[in-house]
Amino acid sequence: MNPLVTPSLGLLFWQVVTFLVVLFLLSKFAWKPIMKALREREDNIDSALRMAEKAKLEMQALKADNERLLTEARVERDRILKDANDVATNLVESARTKATEEGQRLVEQARESIQNEKKAALTEVKNLAATLSIDIAEKIIRRELQDEPAQRALVQSYLQETHLS
Amino acid sequence: MKKILVFLLTVLTFSAQAAESPQEGKFSPGDMIMHHIGDDYVWEFAHGVTLPLPVILYGENGLDIFSSSNFYNEQHELQPYNGYVNEHGHIYYANEEGHPRTRVNEKGEEEHVGPMDFSITKNVASLFVSVILLFLVFLSIASAYKKNRGKAPRGIQSFFEPIIVFVRDDIAKTNIGPKYERFMPYLLTVFFFIWFNNLLGLIPGGANLTGNITVTLVLAVMTLLITVFSGNKSYWGHIFNTPGVPWWLKWGIPIMPLVEVIGIFTKPFSLMVRLFANITAGHIIILSLFSLIFIFESIAIGPLSVAFATFMNFLELFVALLQAYIFTLLSAMYFGGAVEEHDHHSDLGHGDAPHAVPATH
Repeated sequence: MNPLVTPSLGLLFWQVVTFLVVLFLLSKFAWKPIMKALREREDNIDSALRMAEKAKLEMQALKADNERLLTEARVERDRILKDANDVATNLVESARTKATEEGQRLVEQARESIQNEKKAALTEVKNLAATLSIDIAEKIIRRELQDEPAQRALVQSYLQETHLS
Repeated sequence: MKKILVFLLTVLTFSAQAAESPQEGKFSPGDMIMHHIGDDYVWEFAHGVTLPLPVILYGENGLDIFSSSNFYNEQHELQPYNGYVNEHGHIYYANEEGHPRTRVNEKGEEEHVGPMDFSITKNVASLFVSVILLFLVFLSIASAYKKNRGKAPRGIQSFFEPIIVFVRDDIAKTNIGPKYERFMPYLLTVFFFIWFNNLLGLIPGGANLTGNITVTLVLAVMTLLITVFSGNKSYWGHIFNTPGVPWWLKWGIPIMPLVEVIGIFTKPFSLMVRLFANITAGHIIILSLFSLIFIFESIAIGPLSVAFATFMNFLELFVALLQAYIFTLLSAMYFGGAVEEHDHHSDLGHGDAPHAVPATH
């Protein structure tokens, strides 16, 4: 056989032994730490990228949130202002109404009271007038009656005036 | 950069020259190339610059360890040593005349007898160098990951990180699915082992380790074993009871199970041959281009040859990475096929999905 394609025992032995030793030692002391380090670094980069992406999203969310809060605040402000305005207007309005009503009520009361007073006064005046009239009449009558001839004359005059038919 | 390139090419040319057999004085490109892509007991970096490597033998004399320089005398000629003789890149027992001892085997052929050879050859030494390099690089990267934990990668760490991530994401995750994690150590080891050794092989004076059938055989068998041992019920179901196939092809004439069982072995076999052939072919082409200079014995062919070889070298740099990728990718596909959970209702139509391996060269 051609020596080129004839395996030789010595080289076979050394190659097997050496290759196995190399395989073992490199696996243990080179490939294992290298692969581990590579994987760790890739994981790190991966997580860093993912975190950056997350931070970006969070940032966007935050910005949107802020925008929303600002808009809400603006709306709230407007609403509060409007409410305050309304309240003020209502207050003024109701105060005015109340005042008017109160005034009217007072006027009414006064008027009623005046009417009552007037009525009472009139009654008193009537009573007084009646009493006075009676008193005067009594006095007059009493005096008149004391003068009998005059009375007779008067009755006579009345009788004459009266046409008995 | 240019200077380095010129230097490398010069060295490569010199080492090519070194193969010229001095005895006959005639240049034989075939011998030179085979010598370069084959294994050796010494490491010849350039002509005259050699590193003798230890020879380890186990046989009838027990364990013998000595330097391979003992096989050479002062004139760099081979000589027997201690009852052993080195012939054609193999060590045999020496007989009285200093030649390899022979015996007649069962087929009646004569063959050389030798001890079991566990020598640290050029390829084994290169393997050790690559392993040291792998440890240096990846242990320092691992410690860098511990040091700047969670931070951006720095220095050598930032060079290798995209490659590691590529192996994980584009090879393992896409082909294996959610269970990819347990195959990662093997895939990463095999990827960088092949790549580093492919590159080391391209250095002038380097060994052709990944272009050696023994090495690719071991790697392919590892893939095979991992595939077989991580195969789930559905994987074996698809092999012995392939869905969407008429019953008589399974139980009457068991063609499908046979084909599928052969398939278990052809897949790693193709891995073995692909890596071996690609790397060896690249080396042969570059060496052949340099051989042209010596074949034509002309200075005019030099620049052309160097230009082609430079181009080929760049191509080989690419192939070094590509073959590491393909081996890892296909291994991942086989693992993916082994651990995939099939949805039997939808799977009936298109048959065995993990076998649909894209064509590779």
